[in-house]
Amino acid sequence: MNVAPMTAMIEINNAEKTFTMHLQGGVQLPVVRDVSFHVEPGECVVLAGPSGVGKSSILKMIFGNYRCDAGRIGIRHGGAQIDLAKAEPRQILSVRRATIGYVSQFLRAVPRVAAIDVVAEPLIANGMTRPEARERAGALLHRLNIPERLWALPPSTFSGGEQQRVNIARGFISDLPILLLDEPTASLDAANRAVVVELIDEKKRAGVAMVAIIHDDEIRGLIADRVVDVTSFAAAA
Amino acid sequence: MAENESAVDGDQPLLVADRLSKSYGRLAACRDVSFALYPGEVLAVVGESGSGKTTLLQLLSAQLAPSAGHVSYRMRDGVMRDLAALGEAERRFLFRTDWGYVHQDPALGLRMAVSAGANVGERLMAVGWNHYGRIRDTASSWLQRVEIGIDRIDDAPRTYSGGMRQRLQIARNLVTEPRLVFMDEPTGGLDVSVQARLLDLMRNLVSELNLAAIVVTHDLAVARLLSHRVMVMKGGRVIETGLTDQVLDDPREPYTQLLVSSILPA
Repeated sequence: MNVAPMTAMIEINNAEKTFTMHLQGGVQLPVVRDVSFHVEPGECVVLAGPSGVGKSSILKMIFGNYRCDAGRIGIRHGGAQIDLAKAEPRQILSVRRATIGYVSQFLRAVPRVAAIDVVAEPLIANGMTRPEARERAGALLHRLNIPERLWALPPSTFSGGEQQRVNIARGFISDLPILLLDEPTASLDAANRAVVVELIDEKKRAGVAMVAIIHDDEIRGLIADRVVDVTSFAAAA
Repeated sequence: MAENESAVDGDQPLLVADRLSKSYGRLAACRDVSFALYPGEVLAVVGESGSGKTTLLQLLSAQLAPSAGHVSYRMRDGVMRDLAALGEAERRFLFRTDWGYVHQDPALGLRMAVSAGANVGERLMAVGWNHYGRIRDTASSWLQRVEIGIDRIDDAPRTYSGGMRQRLQIARNLVTEPRLVFMDEPTGGLDVSVQARLLDLMRNLVSELNLAAIVVTHDLAVARLLSHRVMVMKGGRVIETGLTDQVLDDPREPYTQLLVSSILPA
């Protein structure tokens, strides 16, 4: 049993996930069990282990995107701890607005929305004016080397690396106390990887708790304060 | 769950469905549906034809009387009222002002032979506006918001394309600043490119106006783009419900898994 200090931003105890594939005759696909770890403010915990071991599933459970079948996912939200494994949809939405940001591997592009608005949207949703939000979005896109002539275009036409940088900008723009990163540097060149490492460092200094999946050993060495080996949670019998 | 209660602001539901059922003889079109909808929340009701989605929408919007159960709605004075117990004047107030209803077929929600400006202005006149200049200004600002050129304000919607008609129907519904909008397959029957434009417009309007909406659709992409929460219906029952991305990415029920796995990848 993992005893976390009172200050933990994320505190997971014995979380468990199994998929039941009804279209394949109800076959049970255990993903992870007994997932227990915690994350402190200003700390970046990297989930390690080979592909298919359940790292992304754990991130999705912390974001409330995958349901958690057993155990507890404690999240510090607005001064109290909320168990995301049992939360109502409205509570999960409130947590996503004010507490947890998520940088997924791929951008889910909305048709017709300009890159700069994709990035500014989380700030506007939290009440910032559109001009101010767009200014901050532009600054971040600039830092991530997205040329200004692309800002007004929908990112669906961008290259994989450009889309990922738009996605990173969207994830990093808010001042949320928890950030989940799923392979944020996978398709970036060295210069842009360095920018992401800088952004992560800034978040740490601001006290943000992060959980990351990173396959690049060099980047992992630069950002990880602690490594949690997911192999020990693998549920495969 | 007591520990989780403080996590959401103490706001109160706008509409509550309590064990709603509707039968036609021995056919149960809608069985035992309960949920609460909060201000600013968008709920998608998904399922195939005949699953009871449209019956449910008609029950919720007081166009159909339930065989059992109740729908309550928080009136602008903050009091929760059973729709079945409303007087005719109160019901009319809801339809004309506080609610919008977007039909799949714009011809059902518009007057096809009068001008676009009059289609929008009519809703304002019904709630007592009588200054022609103000009505026309408000109507034209709404046409711009739904991306209809001001040069088309005097044209009747029968001269409009399908996508424009649908956008006009939305302007007509939103001009009175309703708090709740019902939408029945709002993008059905439109070309894909027209759908994308309409969805983007609806997404922005819903969030800018903090509208609550109940959207019936068989298109899971529409549900994903527009809604916070989804209810999956089959045979008149709600078989699965939850956060939209959770239900679509981690479907639990066999029927939901079938629906999700039947989407053709683009």
